Amino acid sequence: MSAVIEIKNLGKKYTISPNMQTDQAHHYLSLRESITNSVRGLFGFQNAHEPSLPDTDFWALRHIDLTVEQGDRVGIIGSNGAGKSTLLKMISRITYPTEGEIRYKGRIASLLEVGTGFHPELTGRENIYLIGAILGMSHAEIRRKFDEIVDFAGIEKFLDTPVKRYSSGMYTRLAFSVAAHLESEILIVDEVLAVGDTEFQKKCLGKMEEIGQKEGKTLLFVSHNMDSVLQLTNKVLFLDKGKAVSYGVTDGVVNTYLEKSLVVESRFVRPQKLETSHFQEVEITTSQKGNYHIHGQPFALTTKVCLSEKVEKLGVSFQIANYNGKNINYCWFFDDSQEYEPGTYEFTCHIPSLRLMMGKYYFKMHLANVKTKEKLDFVEHVCPFEVGMDTFHEWTWHSNVAVYLDDFSWSKNDL
Amino acid sequence: MTENKDLTTVIQSQQGAETYWHALWQYRELFYYLAWRDVIVRYKETIIGIVWALLRPFLTMIVFVVVFNYFARLPSLDGVPYTLMVLTGLLAWQCFASAVSISSESLIANANMISKVYFPRLIIPLSSIVPSFMDAVITLLLLLALCVFYRFMPGWQIIVLPVFIIMLVLLSASIGIFLSALNVIYRDFRYVIPFLLQVGLYVSPIGFASTIVPQKWQIVYALNPVVGIIDGFRWSLLAGAQAFNWPGFILSWVWIIISAVVGVKYFRHVERYFADRI
Repeated sequence: MSAVIEIKNLGKKYTISPNMQTDQAHHYLSLRESITNSVRGLFGFQNAHEPSLPDTDFWALRHIDLTVEQGDRVGIIGSNGAGKSTLLKMISRITYPTEGEIRYKGRIASLLEVGTGFHPELTGRENIYLIGAILGMSHAEIRRKFDEIVDFAGIEKFLDTPVKRYSSGMYTRLAFSVAAHLESEILIVDEVLAVGDTEFQKKCLGKMEEIGQKEGKTLLFVSHNMDSVLQLTNKVLFLDKGKAVSYGVTDGVVNTYLEKSLVVESRFVRPQKLETSHFQEVEITTSQKGNYHIHGQPFALTTKVCLSEKVEKLGVSFQIANYNGKNINYCWFFDDSQEYEPGTYEFTCHIPSLRLMMGKYYFKMHLANVKTKEKLDFVEHVCPFEVGMDTFHEWTWHSNVAVYLDDFSWSKNDL
Repeated sequence: MTENKDLTTVIQSQQGAETYWHALWQYRELFYYLAWRDVIVRYKETIIGIVWALLRPFLTMIVFVVVFNYFARLPSLDGVPYTLMVLTGLLAWQCFASAVSISSESLIANANMISKVYFPRLIIPLSSIVPSFMDAVITLLLLLALCVFYRFMPGWQIIVLPVFIIMLVLLSASIGIFLSALNVIYRDFRYVIPFLLQVGLYVSPIGFASTIVPQKWQIVYALNPVVGIIDGFRWSLLAGAQAFNWPGFILSWVWIIISAVVGVKYFRHVERYFADRI
């Protein structure tokens, strides 16, 4: 195995100047300001009226060292503002590092956003060539891959329709398809899969798996979704506040990440007020205090749900996932016995005997309108708890023996 | 520190000139596609688009003929219908003005691409001037049609026309490169450009020949970079009815070289901040 990307002591600094005239969201320098400031400075007026505030430096990312080997599929995880996108942007050469360097081999295809460069007035066919060129494909290469791209996106019928008439799903499919067919040694994908329908998301994940595993290409993938990180990657870089917390085999790093990001309370209360339908509270009842549960004991989960609209067939469900992000259990309640008017409802799920193996777990809550198949709310990383095997003293338990223990009894016959 | 020789692409806070121009060459197909996109989008509503490209110089020409020739009695060149003289001036000026104003806005118009994809940024202002030159070709056809109408025969000088077209391309490209970068860094500069172009329309020799400017002011007048080029167009297209303007020609080249050097230097200096600023 040889290294394809080598990052040494990488850092990106942004300077935030309080003196800069800002237009709400953006920091634009205005020529007028620059001129008045320099004239003022020249005559020493600056300090008399408004003392200038010092510029503040903000390191979006610092001291990052990373070596990616050929064929590695690397997930990059971390909370918002951890520097994930900044890192991808620097590797993609969109913005430049302030210090350190990145070296890589071959060509990089990066898909940081779906539909970049699309022109709404142009047809699907024209856009394929345009996007291909923007991503750095040659005309010959696009022509060779054209049918494959169209086929993967499933837009044959609309090839000569301007993309402004496309549905958002078609748009996404086409954009992903062009990027995925670029002959590159390194593919960079930034959460583009958050959009698009579930079926296509699966197709994309499949394609990315194929790219990584079969074609031996290197993949860098940013996501908040631990399921896709676990499915796609073999290594993970965990960033927090611009620093690398850990880099290593996926399971281990995801474990660290979840442990850090979990809200360690048996009762979860939604911190922000929401206008839409949502989970307001989730509370679990474990067999012992302090979120500790003994294997096989009864367990209960209670949740308060706020509905902002009328729902004909409500679906409340949750998954129990372990600290490697794997989903272990699913409990659901799809209720079509009544129509739900807007308001607050409380649901409790009783599990007479929770047979999870020893280990640490947390919940992913799903709220849906089953009739329209619309996802109303999703909360994860709530109510973490630990299961112990206190009632089984035969030997010292290891968590990798099983994930689940069923009821069983043995009989013995002397033969 | 060990260096892995296989890793050929290096990203650092500084980038060498050689790789810069090499990358630009590698992406030459993107130049073609972006230019093609801009041209297609410009003429997308086929009938209206092309007709508009004809109508704009035609109507402007009518206004000039009525106001400057009929009312203000500005003279034409010897032996050349005033209409033809105005149109040669407009051909060069409108092409220049539209190329400069479009390319100065081009980076902001393509902000989304710049913040999400890597490619040599210089391609954007460069490719954005192509539609303006397509328009100029249409104006040129209109001019030739009017030559037939007036039974005016251009002379041998017309074979030198490509030289002036190249000058026009170089001048508008280098000014466009400079202004496009300036526009990203200083957002309020965009309001200045239309004003400058408006002024340029009146100070440039469009409704009149530069020969009516008094002799002692000729050199000062030729400091306007477009003067040498417009005069070149007239000399070349109107069978030498206007003498070759050597001072204008030389000063235009000086302008081209200065603006190209300054424009590209400034562009390269600030382009690494585009994605952070845009």
